[in-house]
Amino acid sequence: MLVNIILNEKKISADVEPDLLLIDFVREQGCLSVKRGCETSNCGLCTVFLEDRPVLSCSVLAVRADGKRVTTLEGLKEEAEEFGAFIADQGAEQCGFCNPGFVMNALALFRENPDPSEEEIREYLAGNLCRCSGYEGQLRGIQAYLEWKKSNRV
Amino acid sequence: MLTIKNYKKAESLEEAWQLNQQRGSRILGGMLWMKMGKGNVQTAIDLSGLGLADIEETEEEFRIGAMVTLRQLEIHPGLSAYTKGAMKEALRHIVGVQFRNLATAGGSIFGRFGFSDVLTMFLAMDSYVELYQGGLVSMAQFARGGYERDVLVQILVKKRPMLFHYESVRNSQTDFPVLTCCGALDPDEGQYRFAIGARPGRAIIIEDKEHILAGGITEKQAEDFGVYAAGQTPTGSNMRGSAQYRSHLVKVLTARAALELNKGDL
Repeated sequence: MLVNIILNEKKISADVEPDLLLIDFVREQGCLSVKRGCETSNCGLCTVFLEDRPVLSCSVLAVRADGKRVTTLEGLKEEAEEFGAFIADQGAEQCGFCNPGFVMNALALFRENPDPSEEEIREYLAGNLCRCSGYEGQLRGIQAYLEWKKSNRV
Repeated sequence: MLTIKNYKKAESLEEAWQLNQQRGSRILGGMLWMKMGKGNVQTAIDLSGLGLADIEETEEEFRIGAMVTLRQLEIHPGLSAYTKGAMKEALRHIVGVQFRNLATAGGSIFGRFGFSDVLTMFLAMDSYVELYQGGLVSMAQFARGGYERDVLVQILVKKRPMLFHYESVRNSQTDFPVLTCCGALDPDEGQYRFAIGARPGRAIIIEDKEHILAGGITEKQAEDFGVYAAGQTPTGSNMRGSAQYRSHLVKVLTARAALELNKGDL
């Protein structure tokens, strides 16, 4: 099937199989930040934005993204680097495999709720699993980033 | 692995229904559960072009299109106000935001999954399923039914003035529930009902047929009702919990919900 997908603001026309998953489509297009972690729609590693909403790309048919905007970490470089530095400052991650999905969903959180409470952060990111850490470093990194954003706003 | 031979974005409900009469056809919801299974789908039917992705609120009811996502249900101010936050509580533990941005109301209800928080929540409300051919069917009736080849178009929730309280138990955050329980109270008639799911079978309704909760509730009455509810609720064992543990949870969660509902101002 012929689909037109706007991937990171670039229009891509491709002929895809009906059961091709969006994760495999974006990886074929070079967006290798998008990773397959669990295969059971649970881990959040494959998070991309579909029309600006975070979704699990392992569970979306590429054909269903026809005519829509898909954003991966590759398309959010500046934002991701800015935020990612705060996570790195905390030494929050060890292997880093979960990082792209985590950063994507954290950015989705900040867009939806620019001033989240600790509980709101935990709840929004509950679907992003990390098997190295206990999430405390990530939480500190997020809070430090939000503080920095706030002080920049004033 | 799930394989799909043809994909068709339906242009009308009639077309979706026609395609769905063929063997090997499946209607797609969010596709999250379907993808977990094995099988060959001849034609995957997508309803997402049919304007079924909105929640419409009127004086009398909510009309929830089949393609409305769980996240939409979770953050809808009207549903939140009507259910006193119970809708959000029912949904917020389901995997993660990214999952709930995909999973649909229609798919969750049509699947009539035993583990379903969604079915538990809707069963507690005065709600109905609208089928393309079958018309309006009460949620209780639909929940008992088989997998017909009809098309679930929308879900209606009547805004009967009621109080709700939702409880679930999970072994770990974002996992499937070990037990779900949504209590509902019609304050005018003083009638309590409890939807209990993840037994692990499909959610069922338990009513206070013996009027244990009549005329205000004490801790003792709530406990007595819990014992009664546990006796009325068939439970089973699976990897998440034993039947005995689940029956104990029925007792505790129904009593807890009854006491919360009795406070009135949830």
